[in-house]
Amino acid sequence: MIELHQVHKAYQVNGRDIPALHPCDLHIGRGEVFGLIGHSGAGKSTLLRLLNRLEQPSGGRIVIDGEDVTALDSQGLRRFRQRLGMIFQHFNLLSSKTVAENVGMPLQLAGELSRRAIAQRVDELLQRVGLAEQAHKYPAQLSGGQKQRVGIARALATAPKILLCDEATSALDPQTTGQVLQLLAELNRELGLTIVLITHEMDVIRRVCDRVAVMDAGRIVEQGAVAQVFLHPQHPTTQRFVQEDEAVDADAQHADFAHVPGRILRLTFQGEATYAPLLGQVARRSGVDYSILAGRIDRIKDVPYGQLTLALTGGDIDAALACFQAADVHLEVLR
Amino acid sequence: MDAFFSHIDWYEIGLASLDTLLMLGGSLLFTVLLGLPLGVLLFLCGPRQLFDNRGLYALLSLLVNVLRSLPFIILLIVMIPLTLLLTGTSLGVAGAIPPLVAGATPFFARLVETALREVDRGIIEATQAMGASTRQIIFRALLPEARPGIIAAITVTAITLVSYTAMAGVVGAGGLGDLAIRFGYQRFQTDVMLVTVVLMLLLVQLLQSLGDRLVQHYSRK
Repeated sequence: MIELHQVHKAYQVNGRDIPALHPCDLHIGRGEVFGLIGHSGAGKSTLLRLLNRLEQPSGGRIVIDGEDVTALDSQGLRRFRQRLGMIFQHFNLLSSKTVAENVGMPLQLAGELSRRAIAQRVDELLQRVGLAEQAHKYPAQLSGGQKQRVGIARALATAPKILLCDEATSALDPQTTGQVLQLLAELNRELGLTIVLITHEMDVIRRVCDRVAVMDAGRIVEQGAVAQVFLHPQHPTTQRFVQEDEAVDADAQHADFAHVPGRILRLTFQGEATYAPLLGQVARRSGVDYSILAGRIDRIKDVPYGQLTLALTGGDIDAALACFQAADVHLEVLR
Repeated sequence: MDAFFSHIDWYEIGLASLDTLLMLGGSLLFTVLLGLPLGVLLFLCGPRQLFDNRGLYALLSLLVNVLRSLPFIILLIVMIPLTLLLTGTSLGVAGAIPPLVAGATPFFARLVETALREVDRGIIEATQAMGASTRQIIFRALLPEARPGIIAAITVTAITLVSYTAMAGVVGAGGLGDLAIRFGYQRFQTDVMLVTVVLMLLLVQLLQSLGDRLVQHYSRK
């Protein structure tokens, strides 16, 4: 659906090229929710804006839905943008227009539908995001979550196949964030909408994304399925994001575990294995005692997962490790 | 009380009031017609805006600054040949309007530029992302969003024009200011002075409260 070939971007500052995005390749499939995560200045915002050419690439090729975006002239670019939705961190609604006028605006600009057809489509969209009653209010009269829903309805007005989300939940409180993410997941499921979102919160990635790319200093440093990247982070930046999400300080934890006797290992479960009674079985079979040092059981999008850090003492530790290895879990021996 | 005002020629005052209103209305109309596009152009050519044209921006800026730095009374006199060319007369209401417009347009254009800068960049970006043309961005997003600011700019400009019309008497334009100078000042008719001052004051108050009300009506923030 979206393909980037050696796309890069540099800004001219005082006659010098400052690279914002090093040459990067990326492939995003149809119907996928793809997350780009990075700290501010990592280049994720630039990358997102290259997709609808709010930023002009310095080189490389971008192909979206079979169309070479980099080759479009200004007329072609306008038509192309009309088929792409975008939502923003600060919503960017027109304060001088009502909710209904905001939502209908992309259709009015495109100028293809009659006034009545637009009004009907706007009604539909407002129903879809649960704001039918607010149609004649102005954005200033709405809460943050409601404003973002208007933003989403507006982005969907022209029935695009792709939705770009620029830090769409960063200005919202946790509860509202959950509701907006849920809405995005629904749209992805029900309309087959391809979603590209950027964020600096691993939590957002974990809750809605299928795949993720981690960005650091203008480069994609790691990418893959969310479960893979989240549970087995390789790059230091990714590890930091995961730790932030789990509110774990690895160094402090390491120091704490120094006083714990026995072997320390980390088990990672995914899917149904998360709920299997594995620990008891292994303990009985190998005669080890275990204590749980740290742990978390949660979901990645719709898949449950668990991650436990254990200390094993007594019994046949090698047999226990062999049992774990034979089971449907990922085993890391930490000490 | 009656005795104090007995020397006043009320007909004269009525005529002068009408002249002031005509000068104000005429010059305000042309100031907005010329200044609004100029202000939009200034904004668009500004750094990091849609056109981002340093050369044109510098040129327009210079023009605006030069016109704004001329005292209006000098502009009135310097403009006489051009006024003759435009209106066929340098006298009366028609003779006053070109210098009034020349004096107020750069001022108004700057205010419009400032009002447009107040519009959130994100709104321009969102409109671009919808596939809007530059023309649509200006007319469907920028101007509606800046409407309260532009109305406030028109109000300030109108009030500035009221004070400019008072000087237009110098080129024989008539109006309340002219009456105040000729009768109130040169002929020591304090009563005429008082009446004209009160009328001008009322006019300014009226313009301001009308402008405020419109700004309020169109503000949605």
